[in-house]
Amino acid sequence: MVDGQIQIQNYNTGNSKNNWDLNKIKLKHKTICEYEYAKKDIQKGYANRTLYVNLSNGIIKEKKVTEEMKKLFTGGRGFGLKLLWDSIKPNTRWDSDENELIITTGPLCGVTQYPGSGKSLCLTISPSTDIICDSNVGGFFGPYLKFAGFDAIEIQGKAKEDVIIIIDGEKGKISIETAPLEETNSHMISEQLTQMYASENNDESKQKISIVSAGKGAENSYWGCLNFSFYDIRRKYPRLKQAGRGGLGSVLRNKKIKAILTKVEKFDGVSNNPADAETLAKVGTKLHREIRDLDRYQCNMRAVGTVHLVEIMDDYDLLPTENYRFGSFPKASKLYSPNFYKLFTKIIPDGCWHGCTMACAKTVDCFTVMTGPYKGEKVTVDGPEYETVGCGSNMSIWDPLWILEFNFYCDTYGLDTISTGTAIAFYMEMYEYGILNKKRCDGLELCFGNAEAVLEFMHRIARGEKSDFIAIASKGIRRVKDWLIKNKWGDTHIIEECGMESKGLEYSEYVTKESLAMQGGYGLTLKGPQHDEAWLIFMDMVNNAIPTFKDKAEALHYFPMWRTWFGLNGLCKLPWNDVEPRNNAEIDDPSKVPEHVQNYVDYQNAVTGWDVNKEELILQSERCYNWQRAMNVWLGRGRRKDDWIPYRSMGPVTVMEYISRKDRYDKNLIEKIGISDEKIEKMETEEKIKIIYDFRKDQYQKLSDAVYYRRGWTPNGVPTPEKMKKLGLKDTKMLKMLQDKIVKDEKAGLNNWGGNYKNKNEKPNNGIKYW
Amino acid sequence: MGIEVNGRKIDWIENESVSKLLKRMKYTFPLVVVKINKDIVLRSEFNNKIIPDNSKIDVVHMISGG
Ligand code: SF4
Repeated sequence: MVDGQIQIQNYNTGNSKNNWDLNKIKLKHKTICEYEYAKKDIQKGYANRTLYVNLSNGIIKEKKVTEEMKKLFTGGRGFGLKLLWDSIKPNTRWDSDENELIITTGPLCGVTQYPGSGKSLCLTISPSTDIICDSNVGGFFGPYLKFAGFDAIEIQGKAKEDVIIIIDGEKGKISIETAPLEETNSHMISEQLTQMYASENNDESKQKISIVSAGKGAENSYWGCLNFSFYDIRRKYPRLKQAGRGGLGSVLRNKKIKAILTKVEKFDGVSNNPADAETLAKVGTKLHREIRDLDRYQCNMRAVGTVHLVEIMDDYDLLPTENYRFGSFPKASKLYSPNFYKLFTKIIPDGCWHGCTMACAKTVDCFTVMTGPYKGEKVTVDGPEYETVGCGSNMSIWDPLWILEFNFYCDTYGLDTISTGTAIAFYMEMYEYGILNKKRCDGLELCFGNAEAVLEFMHRIARGEKSDFIAIASKGIRRVKDWLIKNKWGDTHIIEECGMESKGLEYSEYVTKESLAMQGGYGLTLKGPQHDEAWLIFMDMVNNAIPTFKDKAEALHYFPMWRTWFGLNGLCKLPWNDVEPRNNAEIDDPSKVPEHVQNYVDYQNAVTGWDVNKEELILQSERCYNWQRAMNVWLGRGRRKDDWIPYRSMGPVTVMEYISRKDRYDKNLIEKIGISDEKIEKMETEEKIKIIYDFRKDQYQKLSDAVYYRRGWTPNGVPTPEKMKKLGLKDTKMLKMLQDKIVKDEKAGLNNWGGNYKNKNEKPNNGIKYW
Repeated sequence: MGIEVNGRKIDWIENESVSKLLKRMKYTFPLVVVKINKDIVLRSEFNNKIIPDNSKIDVVHMISGG
């Protein structure tokens, strides 16, 4: 026993008990359609088929996974992209009948020997962005989907009434049943269905079930997340992990799906049937030891999860406060990790899939809910993670207990904490400037720090209230910007530049003003400003390891490709670089964690029986990355203008922001722009802001130029047919579409570099039509 | 007289130890690897090791984040 660990039999969460009449609830189910399938073993990480379900016409069928599909798309997100390409149209929108919700696994998903191997990758056309959104998530669903027989599930169409989809790997049967009486909110329906569908009333049976759901918030907003359950035998309770970004949960509820349930007959350490179990065990054991020995001296993920980042971000002026105006705040120490550590239940292990020694999935049990429909009940809160705490800071709310309440309701309502928190922070700033006010906010005083108003706003969304403000504000920053501008309620510049969204998606919680590379890490992305493509702040801003445009472009090529790879395989990114070998910083390219990269080469080969090297891992990603960008182009976006970011993420929008970091910005004017000390002394702040504004915007254009060039795209950000062919992607429909779009851009004069170059040799390339 | 820390020129201060330099730079993050002219300085030497004039210092923050 580890110090502080509680024996399973002695632990009781102390949560409130629910007394449902589950028989009555189940009796109300009507089976709409059923489909029986042959059960088969997994072969070298693949089930070799995907599952297609159409809710409009009741068609359920299997689709074969070919060797060609594995070669070109690897698995996971790659398979999802291929399935989407074959099923949607360029004018498909999030609520179109043909839009799909896809949940994929990946060949390494379900392995228990290597930490972090239980992730699912979900895809859809997002309500926020009108392009593909992908989001990864832990919990048991992905591995169970595969062990039940499928590498992915693809759901098209819409049901007429609320349904659940059941994938029964025990019986080899898929069914769609109406579900009129189940709760919608996730912490309730996950528990109901776990109890209802467990073969026997014991932990072992309950552990063989996993549920995907989204709550009332998802139903009534564009911020819907998907909650994936994993039954915790210590807490005797299905806990939740979220596929947060891009409104996947909103699509689930738009299709009238209350839940998707997977059940397995059995699973164990060899269910994934690896080609070389011995090597797999060897590589896995090495990392288990490393985590055990080093985590406590490095990120301390096992004790506090990702919350350890709060104090670091605050120290380095990167923790967003008051809608990213500042990067640190005197009260921030109230949200430092020791304050959450005190609240976490100290039972270990705490992984979201079996075999994850990193075990970062923390909880607070027996939390007494303070507001809303569950007021007074005692519940388990999963998390919080760094991003959720960062939302508190961004709204200037400094109470750890309030963060737990916010986290609980976001999860059970199926609201993405990041989009919800970032958007409200923007509404608060607009409130401060009088652009929004109590009347325009439907009676809510949404000023910074008003914790009560935030929760009331969320409850109103969940209740489906339809006032102008709730209806528009629940669709996110982009729609609110348009609404404010249309009504002429404020200065367009302030509204556009302060609202932290790009492509329609809200930013995650890092201040990027002083890191150009990280600005690109948010803007030059496929789905929008989420840090899962590249997190370069320290490498760029502090270590100064990528000083030139070329260096930054290289990083913005390598890291997105590398991080994409996790999603192709069903892996969690955290064990790659949230623990590092003892000597990592002393070797070349420490930010890539080369020893761990080699682990992944050995790992993929051991499971699939392939013989790939580290360059081929990048190639696997590059194919899918370019495919997704090409699909975004096909959907009418994916160009330079779509990669634009608000100025708040580049520099100071307001005088107050400038003054708060005056020394830094004045130094910037002297060192980067060449203005003399004497001149600066005489300049008004507004004038200085304008000069920095023009300079930094130009820097971002130049960065975009360098990145597009490095990625092999046109100056307008379109992957070329030549690039696609080089990657082995020869789909004629796609190649023709890209060629047509490039010709159209050319005619419109859009194939030009965006930076203002004084010397033509500074451009990434001087050749006309270099592509 | 001057030193370079992570590629940025700053003043050299006589008798400044690695610990003091980290403090001056506000590098509070504990997991840093420090190299003086490419030679690694052991953590146990941070208090005693004096920064020579004209040296190039790398302070690699071992943080991966996000
Ligand atoms: S590191 Fe954390 S999020 Fe990743 S698989 Fe392990 S427990 Fe889940």
